[in-house]
Amino acid sequence: MAVTEHPPPPPSPPVDEPELLELWEDAPGIPGFLSTVDHKRIGMRYIYTCFFFFFVAGAMALVMRGQLAKPNADLLGPQLYNELFTMHGVTMIFLFNTPVLAGFGNYLIPLQIGTRDMAFPRMNAFSYWVFLLGGIFMYSSFFVGKIPDGGWFGYTPLVSRTFSPGLNIDFWGLGIVFTGLSTTVGSINFIVTIFKLRAPGMTLNRMPIFVWSMLVFSFMAIFAVPAVTLATGLNELDRLFGTSFFNPALGGSVLLYQHLFWFWGHPEVYILFVPATGMISQIIPTFSGRPLSGYLWVAGALVTVGFISFGVWVHHMFATGLPPVAMAFFSGASLIITIPSGVQFFAWIATMWKGRVRLTTPMLFGVGFLLIFLLGGITGVMVAVLPFDWQVTDSYFVVAHFHYVLNGAVVFPIFGAIYYWMPKMTGRMLSEKLGKLSFWVMFVGFNVTFFPMHILGFLGMPRRIYTYDNGLGWGGLNAMVSIGSAIFGLGTAITLFNWLWSRWRGVPAGDDPWDGDSLEWSTTSPPPHYNFASIPLVASRHPLWDQRPLPFAESGPEEDTSGLGSEGAVARETPVTSGIDTRPEGNLEIPHETYLPFVVALGLAALFVGLLIKAAVVGVVGVGLAVVAVLWWSWRTEEDLT
Amino acid sequence: MTAAVVTPGITRPATRRSYPTAWWGMAVLIMTEAMVFVILLAAYFFLRAASKEWPLAGIEVPKLELAVPFSFVLWGSSLPIFWAEAGIRNGNVARLKAGVLISFVMGASFLAYTLYDFNDLHFGWRDNAYGSIYYTIVGLHALHVFIGLGMNVVIQLKAWLGRYDHGRYASAEVFFLYWHFVDAVWLAVFPALFLSPHIR
Amino acid sequence: MRRVRPAALAAVVAASSITLVSCRGHSPSMLDAHGTESQRVSGVWWLMFSLAAVVYVVVAAFIVIAIVRGRGGKREKAQKAPKDDTFIWLGGIVAPVIILAVLAVVTVNTTEALRNPEAGELRIAVVGKRWWWDVTYPDSPGVRTANEIHIPVDRPVDIELTSDNVIHSFWVPELAGKVDTIPGQTNHLRLTATAPGTYRGECAEFCGIQHAHMSFQIIADPPADFDRWLARRTTGAGLTPTSDQAARGELVFTREACAGCHAVRGTQAVAQIGPDLSDFGGRQWIGSLTVPNTPANLEQWIVDPQSVKPGTLMPPTALSAEDIAAVTAYLEGLK
Repeated sequence: MAVTEHPPPPPSPPVDEPELLELWEDAPGIPGFLSTVDHKRIGMRYIYTCFFFFFVAGAMALVMRGQLAKPNADLLGPQLYNELFTMHGVTMIFLFNTPVLAGFGNYLIPLQIGTRDMAFPRMNAFSYWVFLLGGIFMYSSFFVGKIPDGGWFGYTPLVSRTFSPGLNIDFWGLGIVFTGLSTTVGSINFIVTIFKLRAPGMTLNRMPIFVWSMLVFSFMAIFAVPAVTLATGLNELDRLFGTSFFNPALGGSVLLYQHLFWFWGHPEVYILFVPATGMISQIIPTFSGRPLSGYLWVAGALVTVGFISFGVWVHHMFATGLPPVAMAFFSGASLIITIPSGVQFFAWIATMWKGRVRLTTPMLFGVGFLLIFLLGGITGVMVAVLPFDWQVTDSYFVVAHFHYVLNGAVVFPIFGAIYYWMPKMTGRMLSEKLGKLSFWVMFVGFNVTFFPMHILGFLGMPRRIYTYDNGLGWGGLNAMVSIGSAIFGLGTAITLFNWLWSRWRGVPAGDDPWDGDSLEWSTTSPPPHYNFASIPLVASRHPLWDQRPLPFAESGPEEDTSGLGSEGAVARETPVTSGIDTRPEGNLEIPHETYLPFVVALGLAALFVGLLIKAAVVGVVGVGLAVVAVLWWSWRTEEDLT
Repeated sequence: MTAAVVTPGITRPATRRSYPTAWWGMAVLIMTEAMVFVILLAAYFFLRAASKEWPLAGIEVPKLELAVPFSFVLWGSSLPIFWAEAGIRNGNVARLKAGVLISFVMGASFLAYTLYDFNDLHFGWRDNAYGSIYYTIVGLHALHVFIGLGMNVVIQLKAWLGRYDHGRYASAEVFFLYWHFVDAVWLAVFPALFLSPHIR
Repeated sequence: MRRVRPAALAAVVAASSITLVSCRGHSPSMLDAHGTESQRVSGVWWLMFSLAAVVYVVVAAFIVIAIVRGRGGKREKAQKAPKDDTFIWLGGIVAPVIILAVLAVVTVNTTEALRNPEAGELRIAVVGKRWWWDVTYPDSPGVRTANEIHIPVDRPVDIELTSDNVIHSFWVPELAGKVDTIPGQTNHLRLTATAPGTYRGECAEFCGIQHAHMSFQIIADPPADFDRWLARRTTGAGLTPTSDQAARGELVFTREACAGCHAVRGTQAVAQIGPDLSDFGGRQWIGSLTVPNTPANLEQWIVDPQSVKPGTLMPPTALSAEDIAAVTAYLEGLK
């Protein structure tokens, strides 16, 4: 960082805060709820909705563990069991993990890069409504008793009309196409926001690692989501309109489906994992009291992982009889992807090594993440070894492996992030005592649940079976797994209680309860609707540690710089800056509340309902509604400034 | 604690003009849309590689008599857009109107050709995997042309109603980018679907 | 060597401070290897396990030390610590590259040694059904069975895997890894059993409502015993009813609903929708290893299969008690 003799510019003059607040505030009540475009409200909404789905899917897991606790149990029949494991996977991937990270990104990115909202606030609202309606769409299957039952991955031909004639699969297939739209729109928004709205001085090499990770998340989603949309979408064409993409009798290929699905599916693992590590890369330095070691290494590792993850999808298909040469290539790529993760891992260790670690609750979740991900990463290397994968794929060993990665190495950071950032979001601290208790119960429960699954895999237990025989010697370990899952569930419930309790009883957090380094800690908790009356000026990777007091910009005389200071906030504008050197380029008007995003999302939902129930009228009305709203949107609101 | 100091001049306006944020949004949307077509074309060649004959079941290879000229019409429709774009940058709304209108006519004639082609084919998309992938790719592209024409109408209306001037034409610029993309997709789809089956 | 492995497995358990709750019964463990492929893979596993144990202990120790050393105000230690980049280079790049190189060599070597065609193979064709396995021996026309696959010990076997419905996966952990049965393509699993025994297999790819009950077994016999079994099946011995009741059972079987789906060699029952029952009496299990093959279980299965295996495609059969007893006697006599 440039240390020169120049004194920092004086802080901006005080602004009339009540007036600003009134200018930026949403309408009260339900109208404001449906029409808000505030990234913070939308981000909170994402987080709350996702956690609702998290606990629903967790409850499903507990019921399944009840069924598997002993041999030949009859708590669930095969049909219901298949429905539950399908919806558990679908919910955790599509309705919890992916959107909850988008929720944190929504809330935090504008704060961390020092701007007043996302680049496309209305698209932001739209992506939330699509996600919510997509979730409702899939869960409405419970009310008509046609719950998806083909597995979250839905391999054809099992999910073809021949072998699954019911609506069950359509709820799943159409639901995935629909929610994929939300991820895509959200990712476009993140990319443009990160490239065009960073505060002056926040060059790429000064962005917080979480922003880097959401940038990688977004680019990966942009390139990966089309594959799953096509996999499930073409399958729906086969189901609804009788095409034959995946019908081998008419020249189709069932392996094509698997290629498409995993071309998204493996990057998706990293789409989830990368932002989780981004959270860890912010938590560990804060509680080690020093900057992250090897910042450029870590940022580079995130980008590298993003690229390599597109070259490993075939390792999900090692048992499909592909030519050995092809499999050896993907086996190799799957081994190599370990290296960027190793780089990140030792950057975290180095950070703690030379710092002074404060074992707060977020940090405990960080350390728990390290210990769990270490094992999940090691077993990940193992399953990349082709002949070993032939044995363990589709066994409980793989169930253990991916829960170590997707639960241990993604959910633990997310829980850490709740404890770390929720005080900023709500203005109140969560209880440290309950938080630590929750962590230890979760950590013990997690390992008691998922470690024995490795051994069950060795003992020959395949995935996705609703029961097993007494004579197979799997009973004892399964009982242990079930007990562990109850403990883990209890641990998550403690955090849920803590979270709700803190809303009313939590100690006020203040602006910066953890002595954090990034810009979100410079504003109040919770932040005002406009985030920053004046935009902060950044001169370091750690502005709150290195720039005291933090300088804020003043509005300049030119049109391009008028949005920097509090005059920009008064005009409901936020400055646009050049992508590389962050010089002001003009202003982006922050739109007022509007129902249009909600209406467009509703119209699209009607289209999907129309496809589901094969009612052309509903679909056409939906498309019509969406088109009218989009035309209105493009007509009414736009200033066309360049 | 080291005191890092803000780089002087960081709040001075950028020297070079950039595209509006909406343009960047469209650029990223195009990346994901391009991926859709890349994957569909990969699926086309995957199915082809897995089949003994191609097109399947004795379907004739695509006819080129109309496909070639109309492809050039579509690609050519980018030229009036370039012309209109250069015009509006200098505040010339008349050139914007004319260029966008010419492009509309060219795009619409291509769409008409696609519909004619669909009507003319002797196979349906239910017949086999070749029919499914052919109709899906060409149809999806046609849908993009259709959406582009819809955007074209909006832009023309705005131009005729005088909402564009020297410094205000962001939505037009977004449309220009989209239309170039629609043409560029055909640069990939046409050789893959129409020319490659002729090579055996 | 074989005695070491369960002990080492127990060590895995102990190392993670988990007490293995007493396991009754025999598990089809991939580490209890009795086939050429499973033995090589279990060798790979023990190598990887040793590396993994070292890596986990060393890195976890780094994490713990990193947390502990800076606490309690011992700030001066920070000055003596190695540079950040040194950590990242050695721990994040050099060490993983060495380990991964070893694993890459192991992967290539092991893969090359496995699943290659060999001279004198016994060919077996297996079709994954919902939810059972159809088994034929292409070199012995007419021999057809289901779910219980007889093979000779120490002779290479080439199992041809196909499906005419959904995807399944053929997995016998004690003998070899998985191979999927995929509609529209033929896959091969080549292996040699190295010891006689009965090895349990499972369907490992989710295939619908009764994926859990799509088990099978491979019965590896000494070559002489296998040849005897195959000869008996080839000649069609044991197909004639040996009692009046069984003879009546044959009549019922061929005239009533049974013959609509099932076949028994040498009778008018030739349908291939359900499993071929020509050697039913010689099988240990009913319904793809769902229940043991006893007359009582068989009667229950015929009358109300859904109560035994919910979702099975076999419909209930409305027969008089006498007829059911006769069919049961007939089927149990087919050995």
